[in-house]
Formats: sequence, structure tokens, C-alpha cells
Amino acid sequence: MTNSTIAFAGNPNSGKTTLFNTVTGSRHHVGNYPGITVERKEGSINFAGKHLSIIDLPGCYSLTAYTQEELVSRQVLVEERPDVVVNVVDATKLERHLYLTVQFLELGIPVVIALNMMDDVRSKGITINIEALAKALNSEVCATVARTGEGKHELLNQAIISTEQRHGEWQPLRLSYGPDIDPVLDEMEKLITARSFLTSRYPARWTAIKFLEGDDDLIERGGVDSKTTAELQQIVETLRTHCEKTLSSFPEAIIADYRYGFIHALLRKDVVTVPTTDARLDITDNLDKFLTHRVLGPSIMMFMLYAMFQITFTLGDYPMQLLNQLFALIADIATRLVPPGHLQSMLVSGVIDGVGGILCFVPLIMIMFIMIAFLEDSGYMARVAYMMDKVFRTFGLHGSSVMPFIISGGIAGGCAVPGVMAARTLRSPREKLATILTAPFMPCGAKIPVFLLLIGAFFAEHRPLIMFCITLIAWIMALLVARLLRSTLIKGESTPFVMELPPYRWPTLQGIMIHTWERTAEYIKKAGTVILAISILLWAGMTFPGPTEQQITAYQQQKQQLSDAIEHSESAQQQQDLSTQLQQLEHQQSATMLKNSAAGQLGTMLEPISKLAGFDWRTNIALIGGVAAKELIVSTLGTAYSLGEVDIDNDTSLSQRIAADPQWNKVAAISAILFVLLYAPCFVTIVVMARESSWKWACFALIFNSSIAFLLATVVYQIGIRIS
Amino acid sequence: MICSLRQLKVHDKATVTSVNAGGEMGRRLRDMGLVIGTEIEIIGRAPLKDPVAMRLRGFTLTLRNNEADYIYVDTKEPLA
Repeated sequence: MTNSTIAFAGNPNSGKTTLFNTVTGSRHHVGNYPGITVERKEGSINFAGKHLSIIDLPGCYSLTAYTQEELVSRQVLVEERPDVVVNVVDATKLERHLYLTVQFLELGIPVVIALNMMDDVRSKGITINIEALAKALNSEVCATVARTGEGKHELLNQAIISTEQRHGEWQPLRLSYGPDIDPVLDEMEKLITARSFLTSRYPARWTAIKFLEGDDDLIERGGVDSKTTAELQQIVETLRTHCEKTLSSFPEAIIADYRYGFIHALLRKDVVTVPTTDARLDITDNLDKFLTHRVLGPSIMMFMLYAMFQITFTLGDYPMQLLNQLFALIADIATRLVPPGHLQSMLVSGVIDGVGGILCFVPLIMIMFIMIAFLEDSGYMARVAYMMDKVFRTFGLHGSSVMPFIISGGIAGGCAVPGVMAARTLRSPREKLATILTAPFMPCGAKIPVFLLLIGAFFAEHRPLIMFCITLIAWIMALLVARLLRSTLIKGESTPFVMELPPYRWPTLQGIMIHTWERTAEYIKKAGTVILAISILLWAGMTFPGPTEQQITAYQQQKQQLSDAIEHSESAQQQQDLSTQLQQLEHQQSATMLKNSAAGQLGTMLEPISKLAGFDWRTNIALIGGVAAKELIVSTLGTAYSLGEVDIDNDTSLSQRIAADPQWNKVAAISAILFVLLYAPCFVTIVVMARESSWKWACFALIFNSSIAFLLATVVYQIGIRIS
Repeated sequence: MICSLRQLKVHDKATVTSVNAGGEMGRRLRDMGLVIGTEIEIIGRAPLKDPVAMRLRGFTLTLRNNEADYIYVDTKEPLA
């Protein structure tokens, strides 16, 4: 079977990923491009006797060196030289989408155009002459509807035909950029060809265009032949001065004008016919009248966020209970099968409790992601950025900061790891840094179990309300701290907002499911590997070195005495009293054991300080574990409590145990919630932060965030204790 | 009449006459199709009056007011 490589490319919101999903089904692989955080999606199918490897390039508007997405797209095309590019364009917005197409054609790579969203074209009464378009662009054009899969077979057939016709040969399109640019371009092209300057990779004319556009990436690559680079830059400089003087414009602006001119002219030639009635008010416009209305817009937005909590908690509760019971059952079976001792303790307290505590929240996280995917795919998320920009800018951020914040948990249940990664779409290094540093304040999916635990113990009747307040506090803190950072450590100007508001669309089930599954799998993978290892390590830290010989002997003697007394007791009343004493003794022994362990010692050592915020040594242990991964807080508390208090009634949940513990009360619970919300990001997040900024800033976040969290928790606890 | 994009009101229609932005800002505006001769229609403003949303080339683009200042347009009818 012969192999072909196809790259899917297109503007954001062109339906590219939907088409990719429709074509490859669920058989795809998600990874990262080396060294950067742009996602690399690949899939493969067997079609018409051929094996097709399909790369889903990141969505981009242009092929400049402006964003990482654009650079990556360019690099894949040039380095991997796919056999053909399937350029997905939104047929209702042809004029703008073809701007990218023209740039592919200028590069010369074989292109097949997927004229997507043809259903919208038909319903709007627009007609597109596909043959005329194909002829004007000298490329194959296929009508598709990504959501239904209409036209996908023709598209793949056409891609294969193009591959066979072109044999990987590139044929750059030679556009005219007018009397000022063209002669200079020819001169540069000649020089580049004569010197074989970068010609092994890039077409000569394309290199010349990129130099005219002032493309940093290509100029840097030209460094291998610094003489030619200098000569080319000299030519560009002369032209630039000429353009500024005579046309008061820049070469790159003139090039763009001519590209649009080319597109405009070709669409005019009976390619697109728009109905003359111009009944502009489509569904999107009508919806936006409400959804971005001055008063209604923000109200609806707040309502949507609140509704999300309600739905998640109500729906998520049932499978969560079920999983809880399942793990209790597994723990029970393990206790029976494995003889008492360190192995049993490790299996039950370390492995099953640890992993169970994490997996119980999978249903919750799935429901949350289904809703986030829905908001993203429907186009509503862009409206949130649009409505929020003014607010965000006030705090030194960007309307697009809303995405990293929301993914990190701005809509509770996200994860700071992809959240911090999402900040890469921010173009200004300063706004990006401020967003990265404050996004981990958000209530991520791993913090939620802690909140639910404490809410369940003390505020069970106000669960959704308190969760909502937590999210609100997270936003307020993130914004205030961002403002603080932007006016002290990260001062500077703000960057352009320029953003597309995509039309509202009913998201596809497949798209939402794939999106949800990808993120849930990420969570499970993290839970299954790193956290299992840390869970066992922590169990060891909480078990060893254990109590001293003397203590063990002393406890055994006392227990023996009590047991003897029970056997010889005279009345039932006396027997019961003695049994209670024995039970209390056992609790004491377990407590001693944990206190003597490495973790207990560290927790106890910190207690005098942490007491200021209302945390005892057990909470300290859990919080220390939480720096490794927030998922560990609940499981560590669970381990700490099941070790610390051997309760005969195994059905008592951790929440009830905490509620019954005199160390805890409502004020301490609020203080703990605040601390967990704001303190150090987990290790994985720190690693990602370091990759997106630098280790210096990642370590800064670790110390800075913890300090802020402790300060706030202490203030709240001290005031709260005095009031109540 | 030629005026800055910021001065347009919702539902105003105009044609772009100049984009005085270079560098990153200019590149971004061009990628989105905001070049000389483009016809635009203001379709709304965010709840806090900023950014502004406009329709051009069949799609909706949003810009901040201070970014709209770089763009000069020719309104079809003289401003009242």
C-alpha cells in the first residue's frame, strides 16, 4: 500500500478540526511539537487502497512569523513536505479565508481546497461557481460540510489525485504586487537564485517576499549566508524608504493589498453570487442582540456560569457516589485477601484510597469538559472574551486571558496545565506572563475534591453557592494580583485585541466527545502515573520510621491489661466501658505512629506557624502533598485519617470524620479552602510555567502564591475566630 | 467624510481609507482583511463600550477603541 501525507490547514473557526475528526474518526494521536506547546494532531486512514497520514496543522490566519501556530504550520510544510495541503475554508467568508490560500499558493505546495460550510452557503442563498473558483486558483476545489461528512470522500479522492499529478513538485504562484514592488522582487529573486540562498528549502521568490515583509524567522535562517542576507536587507531598506516617501505605506502592506486585490478580482468573475435582498439578520446577529447586550449580555454570562455548576454537581453526583462505593468495596476485598501488615496498609491506604480518590472525580470532570467544549465550539467563549476585554485590560491583561483563566478553572473544574499552555495565544510577553502567573489561582479540577470535602463537612446545604463564591474569589484574586504584577514586576504597554467573533454554531457531538475525552484522558493519565507513585511514596512517608520499640511495648502492655479486664468483667456495663477505653487507646497508638512518621514530623514542625491559619499537622501533611499534585490533598487526608483513627465503622466517609474532628470548624474550613485555592501550583503546572516563561518565574510563583495564600488564610482565620 | 473608526456609531457603514499602523498591529489587521478599500459596518459595542464589533468581508471582527484610532474611514453619508 502506498503512503501519502496530507496536511489539513485553515483559519481558526473554518471547521478544520471538525473535518479532521470526521475524516479520521477517533483514530488520532495528540502530541506536542518539540520545544513548544502547540498541539500536534495526527491521524491515519486507509482510503481507496492508500494509506493516508493526516496532520492537523494549528489554525492560523496567515503564514507570517507572527505566532507560534503560523511558524509551526510553515515549518511542517517546508521540513516535512506533505504531499498535499487540504486547505479548509469557510465558504461563507471566502474573501478572508482565501488570504491564507493565496499564501499557500505563493509557497507553491499542492493545494486542494475544502470549500466547507456549504450548508450555510445554501441556506444563505449564496451560489458559488466551484469550477470557476478552481480554475482561478489553479487548484482542485471540493464542496464539503464537515459536520455531516458531506463531500469527504470526494475530498480525499481529489487529494490523492493531486498527489499523483504533482509528485511533490512545488509550483509557486507568481502574483503581481504592483509597479513599486515587482521590479525589486525580481531583482531579489535573481540574487537568491544565483547564490542558492536557502533554495534547498524555500522557493526563491517566496524568500524574497518574506524579506520584504520583514519576516524575523526567515531573516534569522538567512544567517548561514550573512553576506546575501545583508545585501537583501539593503535592497528591502531602499524600497521601504521609497514606499514611505512616495506612498506613505510599507512593503508588507502593499503586498497584502495586492493579495486581497487578487482575491477580490477572482471572486468578482462570476464565482460568488450573493442574494441582492441582503437580509443580513441571521441567527448570529439575532442571538448577539441578547448575548452581548449591554445589560443582558453580562447577566446571561453570569447565569451560564452558575448554571454550569448546578448541572455539573447535580448530574455528576450519581456516578461519583457509585465510584465511591466501588472503591470502598475494592478496599474491603483487599483488606480481606491480604494479611494485615505493611503490604495491606500500602495497598489499602496508599494505592486504593489514593487512586480511588482521584478517579471518583472523573465523571465530574467529564461533565465539566463537555460543557466547556460546548461553549468553545458554539462560539460563545469568544463573546465572553469580547465582553470581558475592557475589564481585563484594566487589570493589565487581555480579553484573551479569559481563555487560560477559564481552562485553568475559571469555570470550576479546569486544569492549570492546559490553562497555562493556552496562554501561548497571547502575543504580548507581559500579558502572557501575568496570565500564566495568576491562572493557577483558579479552582482546577483537582482542587474541587478538597472544596467538596470541606463543603460536605460544614456547608453541605449550600454546596453550589459556596462553589460559586470560591470561583468568584479566585477571579478577584487573579485579577488583583495581575494588576499588582503588571504595575510592579511586569510593567509595560498592552497588545492589540483584534479578534474574530465566529458565528454561533450548534457544536457536533463527535467534536465535544473527542475534546472531552482528550482532556479527561490527560487527567486520568496524570492520576494513574505520577500520582500513584507519589501516593505510595507519601504512604511510606506517613508509615516510617514508625513508633519506637518502647512505645510499641508500652501500648501492647496497656492493651493486654484492658483485654484481660474485659474478659474478667462482671457486668455488661463495665465491659462496654472497657471496650471504649481499648478503642481510644488504639486511636492513640495510630496517632502516635503517624506523628512519628517522617511526614508527621514535618507537619508537626510546621504546626506552630500553620496554627495561625487554623491548620493542624494532618492538614499540613496533606497540603505538602498537594504541592506535588492537588489531587493528593484529599487522598492524603484520607490516608492520614484512616491511619490516625482506626474506625470500626468503615462506612464513615472522610467528610463525616472531618466534621466530627474538633480540630476543624467552619472558620478553619474557609481558611483551608482559601489556602488550597491560592497556594503553590502543582509540580506539573510549575514545569509547564517554566517552559512557557522561565524557571525563575516558575519558582517565583511557588513562593509568591504560597505567601499570598497563607497571608489571606491567616487573616480570615484570625478574624473569623474572633467573630464566632 | 473622513473620520477615525472610533467615531462611528453602531450601524454606520464606511470604507477604510487608511491604516496607519505598522509592525505587529498592522500585520494583524491585514491578516484579518482590514486594508484600504474594505467596506465595514459597525454592528455593536461590548457592554462597557469597548471593544467595538464590525462586519467586514462577511465576518465579524472586534477591535479596541484605541486600536480603531489607527484606522481612518470614509463614511458614505456626511455625519449628522
